[in-house]
Amino acid sequence: MNKTWDNRAWWLVLPVFLMVAFNALIPLMTVVNYSIQESFAANEFFWAGARWFRELLNNPDFHASLGRQIIFTAVVLLIQVPLGLGIALCMPRKGAWVSVCLVLMALPLLVPWNVVGSMWNIMALPDIGLLGWGLNALGIDYNYTRQPGAAWFTVVLMDVWHWTSLVALLCYAGLVSIPDAYYQAAKIDGARPWAVFRFIQLPKLKHVLTIAILLRFMDSFMIYTEVIVLTGGGPGSTTKFLSIDLVQKALGGFDLGPAAAFSIVYFLIILFASWLFYTLMMREEAK
Amino acid sequence: MAEIRIDKLRHSYLAEPKSDDDFALKRLSLTWKDGGAYALLGPSGCGKTTLLNLISGLLTPTEGTISFDGKDVSNASPEERNIAQVFQFPVIYDTMTVYDNLAFPLRNRGVPEAEIKPRVEEIAGMLELTKTLGNRASGLTADGKQKISLGRGLVRADVNVIMFDEPLTVIDPHLKWQLRSKLKELHIKTRRTMIYVTHDQTEALTFADQVVVMNQGEVVQSGTPIDLFEKPRHTFVGHFIGSPGMNVIPCSVKGGKAFFAGGEVKAENAKSAKGAARTELGVRPEFVTVVNKGIAADVVKVSDAGRFRIVETRAHGATIKLLVPEGEAVPQGKTHLAFDPAHTQVYEDGWMAGARP
Amino acid sequence: MKKRYIVLTLYIVFLMLPIYWLLNMSFKTTNEILGGFSAFPREFTLDSYKTIFTDPSWYGAYINSITYVAINTVISIIVALPAAYAFSRYRFLGDKHLFFWLLTNRMAPPAVFVLPFVNLYYAVELFDTPWAVALAHTLFNIPLAVWILEGFMSGVPKELDETAFVDGYSFPRFFIKIFLPTISAGIGVAAFFCFMFSWVEMLLAKNLTSVAAKPIVAAMTKTASTSGYELGLLAAAGVLTLIPGAVVVYFVRNYIAKGFALGRV
Repeated sequence: MNKTWDNRAWWLVLPVFLMVAFNALIPLMTVVNYSIQESFAANEFFWAGARWFRELLNNPDFHASLGRQIIFTAVVLLIQVPLGLGIALCMPRKGAWVSVCLVLMALPLLVPWNVVGSMWNIMALPDIGLLGWGLNALGIDYNYTRQPGAAWFTVVLMDVWHWTSLVALLCYAGLVSIPDAYYQAAKIDGARPWAVFRFIQLPKLKHVLTIAILLRFMDSFMIYTEVIVLTGGGPGSTTKFLSIDLVQKALGGFDLGPAAAFSIVYFLIILFASWLFYTLMMREEAK
Repeated sequence: MAEIRIDKLRHSYLAEPKSDDDFALKRLSLTWKDGGAYALLGPSGCGKTTLLNLISGLLTPTEGTISFDGKDVSNASPEERNIAQVFQFPVIYDTMTVYDNLAFPLRNRGVPEAEIKPRVEEIAGMLELTKTLGNRASGLTADGKQKISLGRGLVRADVNVIMFDEPLTVIDPHLKWQLRSKLKELHIKTRRTMIYVTHDQTEALTFADQVVVMNQGEVVQSGTPIDLFEKPRHTFVGHFIGSPGMNVIPCSVKGGKAFFAGGEVKAENAKSAKGAARTELGVRPEFVTVVNKGIAADVVKVSDAGRFRIVETRAHGATIKLLVPEGEAVPQGKTHLAFDPAHTQVYEDGWMAGARP
Repeated sequence: MKKRYIVLTLYIVFLMLPIYWLLNMSFKTTNEILGGFSAFPREFTLDSYKTIFTDPSWYGAYINSITYVAINTVISIIVALPAAYAFSRYRFLGDKHLFFWLLTNRMAPPAVFVLPFVNLYYAVELFDTPWAVALAHTLFNIPLAVWILEGFMSGVPKELDETAFVDGYSFPRFFIKIFLPTISAGIGVAAFFCFMFSWVEMLLAKNLTSVAAKPIVAAMTKTASTSGYELGLLAAAGVLTLIPGAVVVYFVRNYIAKGFALGRV
């Protein structure tokens, strides 16, 4: 659509600008301000320069939670994106079942995140939970509060349960928007199902897949509530991801400076990775 | 390539059609010769796209048969029928080059690359796509994309029929006639059977040797463009084809003669008229002339249509239009009209007298 | 054909299992829960639900949650509507940068904002009120609402606006009488997403409140940690948090597919 140039449109945007500025800029400035100072008591601050940043980047604990975070995000993306796409391809396009499927699939997305944690906590209890009891009954020694492997398995399974539907629903929306003529043309051209997927469905889904991967990257990189309720970051600190680490530092201790530096680095990582991914996808598009 | 025979074809989109109204196509029989250029013409919702999809195999008929060269294909898949179709909106494979798009139907059928190359190049040459063969297909304009869709049909040497479903809908007006004459040229060059669906009479009449006019799920008339113009079998065809459409004037019929406004009007088929609830005279504005003595009429409106003017008159409660060529005097006020007897027909309940199916 | 539906059915069963288990637990007595594994409640009881509906600290928490979710949704949509209109119809100084900056807020980890938010809302004396949570959540929801609504609005031809102005409509009258009804589906979808993110978020909701405005998500974590193993109660509280989501998703079921593509497929 060709838009007209009119700076008076700023009046329409002003309320949004003011509200988001109030909520984003003031806190962000606070964080930046803390990150370069040292505090001893509530109102005493000293210039600390880049010290907190240097310390953070050399801190093995930070490296460990960052590493865990990257592995977790990579694993859930590798599972959820293909699985969600596959589920979307399995869904019916017409008929009464469509609504039923959509409503059931959207349900996990509307569960409060701490309830997701509680739900899987109850599910995975080794003695009385369906999953925990079931696995042990099958002869698999499973206890997510003691075994790091079992804890990771449960956390990943929980995230797959929670978020795969988002990918599936996005892909489904993309699939139903492909006009019938494409499928008819492919039929007439004698294309096999694989060719239909490769040359029609996948190219048409590129946009929604980009959105899906971006959203899943960002949200999985910020995961906090579900994990804190399920494992509390344990056993030990084997499921301590970046947000958990940060909240412990910010609310638990009184080290405002290091926590603020952590916040800034954390935010920048997400911004940079999203920007990089988006730019790469768009450059591919332009080709 | 094949002769297409359609026999007592009916189709309903409902699972259990009850009355006749439930059918999108009501009992159709047609034969199309090998190598012809045909058009299916009719208003939106008349069932022409349904018929097209039945022939291509995207739909399975509720009743009746479709056969290619005597072989019943009513239940065969589109692939088995070996047909090609160009859709209303260009369908191309975005990620492929123009070359790969054209090669796609051959590759799917396992044709060796060595045979594909000359074939694709030949078709690209015909469609004037040679220069863009290496480009991504998604970058082309709408008419370029439509050419690719057409090319995918032409590239297979053995297609039985190529079908077009209103293919010029999204093409810019100044390119429409170009692509249309390209189509005509390709038909002459390749002699493939082509079926062209449209609601635009100009497209149908310029493209096809034989035009099938449809209305409300039925074939109203099938004939050459000249037949449709000079001898519409139904008042619907008279209205639908020609601009302005045919004059339809209420009349009475007695003893093989037609009367209007108290006087006899000579009509070509008046003798076949047997009498019906509704009798009408049909005469095209092209065959109405101004005379000194005849049917009295009042001029109501004159509009300029370029090479001629359309004069609208009222005569005894009926509206009669006539054409006056540029440079001739336009009648004003009260005037008298006469109809050319060779091009005047009597219609009974909408159908031309003596031609009722 | 058949294989597709088997995969789909298995997936939906997988989605429903934890929900079933939560329901199952909520109808059991504490004795039965601690007694060992059972696939369905043997002594069916509504005790857990009775506790929740009679204890003000429980049902009050529900009311608090619904209050801030509703305030948030209303504010987000009202503020986002004109902005989305501006982005979909006009170009203006810094428009692209502004749009991108709005979206970056969706990428901000809530964990980063917890501490500064607590300070900020203390300072403006809104701490421990539903307003604090509602306003805090607008940080994520306004950009999202603007994005979704802009997508839907761009699908409405500009001729609609022009015709209305030619017919003598003033801008506010056109916007309310003609434009809003045209994009009602988009508003529904945007409200659905605002509701969803505000309802499921816990970190900010918990830390911006203490006693008076304690939301249900915070009430539940307290049960889990302080009063020991009250699994039945926890499960019942969890089940009750599913209901608003299920009701909302039922209302927008015909727009879900388009909604999840954020109006831009």
